[in-house]
Amino acid sequence: MQSQETPTLKAEARNLNFFYGQMQALKKINMPVYDKKVTALIGPSGCGKSTYLRSFNRMHDLYPGNRYEGEIRNTNLLAADVDPIEVRMRVGMVFQKPNPFPKSIFENVAYGLRVRGENNRRVLDDKVERALRDAAIWEEVKDRLPEQAPNLSGGQQQRLCIARALATDPELLLFDEPTSALDPIATAAIEELIHDLKKRVTILIVTHNMQQAARVSDYTAYMFLGEMIEFGKTDEIFIKPKDKRTEDYITGRMG
Amino acid sequence: MSENVHLSSQFDEDLGRLRSNVLQMGGLVETQVMAAIEAYKTGDMTRVKNIIEAEHTVNDLEKAIDDDCAHLIARRQPAASDLRLVFGIIKIVTDLERIGDEAKKIAKGVRRICEAGQLPSDYGAGVRHIAEAALGMVRESLDAFARLDSAMAEAVIRADVDVDTEFKSIVRQLVTHMMEDQRTITTSIDILSIARAVERIGDHAKNIAEHVVFIVDGRDIRHQGKDKKANEESRA
Repeated sequence: MQSQETPTLKAEARNLNFFYGQMQALKKINMPVYDKKVTALIGPSGCGKSTYLRSFNRMHDLYPGNRYEGEIRNTNLLAADVDPIEVRMRVGMVFQKPNPFPKSIFENVAYGLRVRGENNRRVLDDKVERALRDAAIWEEVKDRLPEQAPNLSGGQQQRLCIARALATDPELLLFDEPTSALDPIATAAIEELIHDLKKRVTILIVTHNMQQAARVSDYTAYMFLGEMIEFGKTDEIFIKPKDKRTEDYITGRMG
Repeated sequence: MSENVHLSSQFDEDLGRLRSNVLQMGGLVETQVMAAIEAYKTGDMTRVKNIIEAEHTVNDLEKAIDDDCAHLIARRQPAASDLRLVFGIIKIVTDLERIGDEAKKIAKGVRRICEAGQLPSDYGAGVRHIAEAALGMVRESLDAFARLDSAMAEAVIRADVDVDTEFKSIVRQLVTHMMEDQRTITTSIDILSIARAVERIGDHAKNIAEHVVFIVDGRDIRHQGKDKKANEESRA
């Protein structure tokens, strides 16, 4: 059962268009992102869900020719006058393949803090431990913090990447298919973690696994050909979607 | 329900087979009710026997369909309309099985009356009349399921009120009858249990129709009348 209270808004896409050069990848996206909720973005490959996700941390700014129209409104987070570097501090991201830096476990997590200019050893120790605990990997790595991160297992690497994203205390976490390279056990660990993390951060997750979207999210958005077809409570989307295209996608029918 | 086919043709086949098994079970139960009405009219003992024997087949079908549903959920994780269909079918077969049970109760009641050397049809046309109405409800709820037609299902739900009203009037008649002539008490009680079984058949048909509305529209319309009444009473 879901509670009836209306969640507070964390961010909101308003008429968001996005272009890779001439190619329009997002078409007039309107969608709320609710605070401390998990929102899953689903849709077939090439529908724009990753593009949309990456608009939230301004990753597209890194490449020339990319262009936005419309806006992602947000409580002081993504205003145009905010420095993209600052945005990325407050919006963490985790990718499909775990991508630890070729550094020690400790330095991976401390990295974002050091970039921010934090070099006090006690502060770093504290924050690294907390991030590793929050990412549910502390017990596994506490005795091997100086070891090279790439030596960890895939599932551990992914949780380390989550710890790295958490270390800078983000308000929003973006997951881009975080478990598609992991086995079911490691996947379950990440899903459990997502469930715990939403007590304090807002989470957007792109997934190709519909059952995963159904398991972990509070809200689900179905995208197709760059458009937001349907957004709603996950319970409603998976039992009674309003749009026939959503229905066909989640039931595995040919459109 | 989408008319598009699944990417997995196996999934389409599984769902199609599930639906046709439900309709097969429905047809069987409908025949049981029809035979029960005939037995009531004519006192035909072979029909009574057939109804009682058909119960095993109905029970086996119920188990087989439930089992198919469990497998389908485990293997396919159905969502949206597929999920509603499977969920609805699990509930529909329970109601169908109960309708079969009620038909059996009617048959046994008829047998008791006949064994006492009487004919149930001597006790007025009331029961026969609601029995036909209940049978119509069963038939139409199954049609509504076959066609996934929620408007048709809602007509079945409305029809249940008439069956309930008529049942009450039959009860009143029988009570009068028994007061007038105490020798009729034993048979009247049997007639009463038959009428009760018929009324229950109407209720189960109504339930099936409610499941059909859920399958088609995703609306849960059960207990609305009662809840509304309870709300009004608590407010008053």
